Amino acid sequence: MAGGFSVPRYGPDQGSWAKLTARDSVARRLDWPLLGAALALSFMGGLLVWSATRNRDHLTQGDPYFFLVRHALNTGIGLALMIGTIWLGHRTLRGAVPILYGISVLLVLAVLTPLGTTVNGAHAWIKLPAGFSIQPSEFTKITIILVMAMLLAARVDAGDQDHPDHRTVAKALGLAAVPMAIVMLMPDLGSVMVMAVIVLGVLLASGASNRWVFGLLGAGVGGAVAIWQLGLLDDYQIARFAAFANPALDPAGVGYNTNQARIAIGSGGLTGTGLFEGTQTTGQFVPEQQTDFVFTVAGEELGFLGAGLIIVLLGVVLWRACRIARETTELYGTVVAAGIIAWFAFQSFENIGMTLGIMPVAGLPLPFVSYGGSSMFAVWVAIGLLQSIRVQRPLSA
Amino acid sequence: MSNIPETGRTQRVQIRLIVIQVLVFSLLLTLGGRLWYLQIRNGDEYTAEAAGNGVQQVVQPAVRGSILDARGVPLADNETRLVVSASRTELLKMKDDGVGVLTRLADVLGMKAKDVQDKVRLCDAKTPQPCWNGSPYQPIPVTDEATTQQALQIRERAEDFPGITAEPTAVRRYAAPAKAKTAQVLGYLSPVTDEEIKQAQDGPSPYLRSDQVGRSGIERTYDKELRGKAGVTRYEVDNLGRVMGEAENDPAVAGSTLVTSLDARVQAVAEYELAQAMKTVRQETDKITGRKYEADSGAVVVMESKTGRVVSMASQPDYDPNDWVGGISGKQYAKLTSKKSNYPLLNRGIQGQAPAGSIFKVVSASAAVRGGHAFNDLYECSSSYSLGNQTFANFESQGHGPITLGDALKYSCNTVFYRLGHDEWVKDGGIKPKKDAKNWFYRTARDFGLGSETGIDLPNEVKGRIPDRQWKQDFWKANKDAWCKEGKKGGTYVQQIAYESCLEGNQLKAYDSINYAIGQGDVLVTPIQMATAYAAISNGGTLHEPTVGKAVISPDGKSVREITPKAAGKLPVSARTIKDLDKGLRSVVEPGGTAAWRFGGWPQDKIPMRAKTGTAQVYGKQTTAWFATYTDDFTIVMTISQGGTGSGAAGPAVRKIYDALYGLDAEGNQDKKRALLPKPQKALPKIQSDGTIYAPKVKPYDPAPITPEQQPGGQEPQLPLQPGGQPGLTGSPASTGRQP
Repeated sequence: MAGGFSVPRYGPDQGSWAKLTARDSVARRLDWPLLGAALALSFMGGLLVWSATRNRDHLTQGDPYFFLVRHALNTGIGLALMIGTIWLGHRTLRGAVPILYGISVLLVLAVLTPLGTTVNGAHAWIKLPAGFSIQPSEFTKITIILVMAMLLAARVDAGDQDHPDHRTVAKALGLAAVPMAIVMLMPDLGSVMVMAVIVLGVLLASGASNRWVFGLLGAGVGGAVAIWQLGLLDDYQIARFAAFANPALDPAGVGYNTNQARIAIGSGGLTGTGLFEGTQTTGQFVPEQQTDFVFTVAGEELGFLGAGLIIVLLGVVLWRACRIARETTELYGTVVAAGIIAWFAFQSFENIGMTLGIMPVAGLPLPFVSYGGSSMFAVWVAIGLLQSIRVQRPLSA
Repeated sequence: MSNIPETGRTQRVQIRLIVIQVLVFSLLLTLGGRLWYLQIRNGDEYTAEAAGNGVQQVVQPAVRGSILDARGVPLADNETRLVVSASRTELLKMKDDGVGVLTRLADVLGMKAKDVQDKVRLCDAKTPQPCWNGSPYQPIPVTDEATTQQALQIRERAEDFPGITAEPTAVRRYAAPAKAKTAQVLGYLSPVTDEEIKQAQDGPSPYLRSDQVGRSGIERTYDKELRGKAGVTRYEVDNLGRVMGEAENDPAVAGSTLVTSLDARVQAVAEYELAQAMKTVRQETDKITGRKYEADSGAVVVMESKTGRVVSMASQPDYDPNDWVGGISGKQYAKLTSKKSNYPLLNRGIQGQAPAGSIFKVVSASAAVRGGHAFNDLYECSSSYSLGNQTFANFESQGHGPITLGDALKYSCNTVFYRLGHDEWVKDGGIKPKKDAKNWFYRTARDFGLGSETGIDLPNEVKGRIPDRQWKQDFWKANKDAWCKEGKKGGTYVQQIAYESCLEGNQLKAYDSINYAIGQGDVLVTPIQMATAYAAISNGGTLHEPTVGKAVISPDGKSVREITPKAAGKLPVSARTIKDLDKGLRSVVEPGGTAAWRFGGWPQDKIPMRAKTGTAQVYGKQTTAWFATYTDDFTIVMTISQGGTGSGAAGPAVRKIYDALYGLDAEGNQDKKRALLPKPQKALPKIQSDGTIYAPKVKPYDPAPITPEQQPGGQEPQLPLQPGGQPGLTGSPASTGRQP
């Protein structure tokens, strides 16, 4: 099939508007609540990023709209990527998965070469000309989902098996492990954690044997203990965990982030101080506030209602994604959707959880809300995949 | 596994999708719950924390007020020094916590890197000095003795020294005009402690973290006036300390100036002469112990007789108050508080107490008069006084026949007062006191201001002790157990005393009253008490609360609050008796009197001198020399512990102080131009039109070289040697190991 945007049964005689609004049109079959919630999150993200950065002159070079404009631009590009993904369709993409996977592995490898740069202790970026930089691990999250789904669902969707066999699962895990290992070397622990949860979600949804699921969980715990014991973590990573365990440990040092973040959120109360009015935000007491700690701006300036709205909107996105996963007929779509759910859910939980002091600090953006091109593009591509799964669902019925 | 018809998928997948969904939504619920907890449940707490977060206090220390002498000469003021400080908050922002910067700084300042690092660390229970006890947000002084060169280096290479400042800052200076250290009277400063901050928090004058607080002397008594009010500016700042919001500004108010009644020049003379007298007497051999005099400590008080204002107060051993400026080193502190240096921090003018010896006889004479003995009756001055098998010898074991109380003062006749004291004791009922016992000797001592603080405006004055019946009882109760344990019948002298004290130490014995009548035994007095008492005799009977502070002048010079002398009481005798006492004391320096040999050539007709010598026995030590004197305007009391006799040890020094006051030479010729202070300084120093106070220049004291002709004539009367080394007392157990 060449493309999913128009469906063959509607003849070429119909006008484009009619096509769009027709009962079975793509536009009608799109998951609008999903799109709306994601757009609302990106819009709120724009406001919060703006508030957090408008007087951080050392970041904005004096232009208070610098980050707002870029955030809007990123969202626009993200939307275009979503449309492109829907137009191509996840099944078409299925054919390109090996190539995409190969590219993403090369990209994360490139980070380890002199092309890569270090931001906040993580060597996770590739610097591009004109001040742009990309974070390949964000795209790798997608390719891991796709490559695993492709392998695990192939024989099930073909009707050969009820569930993926051990060989297939092992192969899929092996493919996921390659980019994860590379990302681990950067080190970008946060992304590895997300990828691990994605792998778990994918395995669960694929119907792989319980042994794999529990084995993987066990391996995760064992691996974490081993990493801790063998001292593979950098000092800053250990310090973050120590600060998580006891934020009062050194309020001026490692505990500073979490402490200030919690003060910012806690001081918001029910309705917050109002946009641009938060003293913690305008005083720039919370570091990385436009990216990893963007939730604190919502907490302080928009209060429980605003911050709660973000959680509700994320809930809407995840609810729709779960519906799509459940309702699609092919395992491939289900597995892709489940991977995306695992990704969004864990990353959101980790990001918001760390600002609320219930998770250790890890450098992960809040999907749609945080400033950052790579992350924004990746989550919108994921939305595109979800929409595509939904749009194409009835075809197999 | 069966396929689910409508999706074509297995049940396993379907169940797992539901599991995923439940997991996802429980995560979101967790976030929502936590958000509610932080923002709604505990929101107020965090709001308060956020409010305090962005406020930075910048403290501008108030310049501490100066302490001036009566004519405006600064005794303590401030000098500008180059203070190099390090900002801890800045240093901690660096990768190496500022170690590199501090090392470079140590290099420039010529200090050890370790010392600099120690200076900027914060004090806590585990961190010994040196460390910073103040606010971690306050710049921490590394040195206050930077040279201009060093300060320039630091400022010019600012990029090498982030967080380091080199600023001219006002630092306390004890100027020692005319070489008068005035150490113990001025006191010293040290940084405020956490406890004090807490205590003063809600009071009218709370402390700031950066405050220095007066720890002793007038720095302490007048701390509130001198301290001023530090300026506090509260800025709303961002995380980098950049000012964002409204500033609340409380400007600094400089401390007031304290004018004292001290005269720097007289103080210099007093200090020099006291030290000199001690030095001289250390060359002399004590005939009782056969050793050179120890002269371990001493004090002199010069007081305005009519007001109780202190013109000078010196205490030996002393120290340089500048040692405290900029933080005292551990070594210096140990030295100042060690037994070896004999505690130079003590101001012995108000904190040194000893038996009064014969200078107490003015009290005994007054008590006798109150007890009904006429001053000018004749009393037998026998060579000794017997009580049972005990014999109390007179000074020199010499009798003078029947004499008046005035002559008893002149010759310092012990036996007259033994008898009077004993008589009164018998009248009161002896060891079993009558109900209406008058206790004149003890009451009179209290009425002379002894046994309680004079109330001088200096901290930690001691009370002395009047060993009356009540005190005997209390003291016995407190020590009975120890005495009974130690005491042994027929044991050593000390054991025998303890044994007797255990049995009947609560009784005021006959020998107690006899010893007490001449200022011996358990009685203890301080120089300031005796100065106040003698000044009262001088001025016709008014006991003053002595004062050092004379006026508090606001920093702009516009408001002047005078500290007026307060009368604390009246002497308990008639004007007639005071006149009699005065006459008796005058005869002490006239031919035949005990101090006459020290006042050869004194212009007694022009500047009538009254004096009383005292030589007090202290168990286990050499005698304490006392010399109490006054003219119409000034009272001078000097004491030297383990210094021998009053006239011998202190006589020349006291006379030299008078010589300097009145401008007299050794022959008694007055040169008014040389007189430092022929009359007490009444007027306050001149406040100039710009609010500053005019300070006259002072020259250091130049003691006239003593030539043989100038040696005061006369011979010191010899102390008779008694068996047991107790001069003037035989078999008296009164002075015992109970002496403190």
